[in-house]
Amino acid sequence: MSAIQISRIKKNYATLQALDDVSLTIEQGEFFGLLGPNGAGKTTLISIIAGLVRASSGHVSVMGHDVVADYRAARSQLGVVPQELVFDPFFTVQETLRMQLGYFGLPRNDAWLDEVMENLGLSDKANANMRSLSGGMKRRVLIAQALVHKPPVIILDEPTAGVDVELRQTLWKFINRLNRDGHTIVLTTHYLEEAEELCHRIAMLKSGQVVALDTTRALLQRIAGSQLKLRLSGAPIPISLHPQQALAESPYTIFRINNSSDVEPILASLRQAGCVVDDLQLQQADLEDVFIQIMGEAK
Amino acid sequence: MIGFQTLFYKEILRFWKVATQTVTAPVLTALLYVLIFGHVLDAHVQVFQGVRYTAFLIPGLVMMSILQNAFANSSSSLIQSKITGNLVFILLTPLSYWEWFAAYVLASVVRGIAVGVGVLVFTVWFVDLSFVAPLWILTFALLGAGMLGALGIIAGIWAEKFDHIAAFQNFIIMPATFLSGVFYSLHSLPPIWLTVSRFNPFFYMIDGFRYGFFGQSDINPLQSLLIVFAFFILLSGVALGMLKSGYKLRN
Repeated sequence: MSAIQISRIKKNYATLQALDDVSLTIEQGEFFGLLGPNGAGKTTLISIIAGLVRASSGHVSVMGHDVVADYRAARSQLGVVPQELVFDPFFTVQETLRMQLGYFGLPRNDAWLDEVMENLGLSDKANANMRSLSGGMKRRVLIAQALVHKPPVIILDEPTAGVDVELRQTLWKFINRLNRDGHTIVLTTHYLEEAEELCHRIAMLKSGQVVALDTTRALLQRIAGSQLKLRLSGAPIPISLHPQQALAESPYTIFRINNSSDVEPILASLRQAGCVVDDLQLQQADLEDVFIQIMGEAK
Repeated sequence: MIGFQTLFYKEILRFWKVATQTVTAPVLTALLYVLIFGHVLDAHVQVFQGVRYTAFLIPGLVMMSILQNAFANSSSSLIQSKITGNLVFILLTPLSYWEWFAAYVLASVVRGIAVGVGVLVFTVWFVDLSFVAPLWILTFALLGAGMLGALGIIAGIWAEKFDHIAAFQNFIIMPATFLSGVFYSLHSLPPIWLTVSRFNPFFYMIDGFRYGFFGQSDINPLQSLLIVFAFFILLSGVALGMLKSGYKLRN
């Protein structure tokens, strides 16, 4: 049984097609990344999985339970950290967490809530009203709320947007532990270095379609080896080098290379064509490069 | 059951934490009505035989306070949660639409009754108030509060901004309660307004409620009870339908 099974999901908003025939399977225990530019459909897809938005067509199941027909079982298996920093101003942190536990039909369990608060650095704010917390603290409470019912599947929708380094480290340590304990984690983030470090497998969305779906390692291998970034002036780049060129990052021209011995032949060709090298950088390809390339290809 | 209990408790806690605004203020408003209208009209107006005007007025004000506050509770809770976005914490849970409905309506009933009891406790000293049929009083109070709690859910889901709720409150709830016989007997109205008032469900709630105090009413209390019950079922059906379909809650 898969943790999340997404089958041919479409979602239309009036004239906008937010999701176009998306199918994905996320296995139990995975740390899965869902990446894409703003408006790609990530949050819509997460909202459909969580039951916040109804799909125009297609099916989604969480731990084998259909999110519409069997919504109670599906939602009890799922913890979602929403992207928006929302809170109920009437209650304290502890009241908020106790209530969230109760909504899931679970009896009061202060020992577990204390553990969650301890792990997220919230213990000394237990009796503080939500209104009095800083943005980072409110984010921690949002994460705690998603975890109180110990869901086997946890979705984090840009959980580190606008939060400090300390919280990021605390959060990832805790989430990694949950993943090691068998929880399935689905992460959307704009911080691609986080996704590269944490996710075993990644799907990239663009304009409501899955444009890449592979293991993080396989995606990184799509850009073989390293990249030679050059800021050039003088003559145009010779045609013979065009096949080695990757998508440019203005003002740099980028060449894909397998190892450092490929550098000199490229420089020689450029010199011969009359190009002047104003700046040179040698970079190991990372997920950001892969992301830029895939998004560029998927126009 | 724990899910329903938690949501019910949360809704109670929500209004209790701001009790000055949600309980004390409406009690004070009703008290002012009694002081002013009672003082001005008590010697000049008699609606029921052997019943002073102030005594006639108090049950009407109690019921009006119950109805307005029951509506305010569910509608304001929902619109606040929608506008601030924290409704997501409930939308993400396995709570069924029945649990939602029951928790919001019952919390509205609790607030309505709390305000109603408050109004009664502070106004009962002004006159000798009789309680001829307490069961009728309780039945109409609970049913009326439940009906307005359900209407509050409908308004809270339908509204997209606070302005919509204010419009609902000022253009529907307020005129309907004021024109329902809180301050007068329907038989004192011209025939045309008497006919119009018979289409106002609030009239039956207040008339039936008042019967419980004096054993006198404009129409048969059993008829009122059936009409109020029918409206309660109708509004509950609409509210449940909206919750089940996710209308304006789940895109």
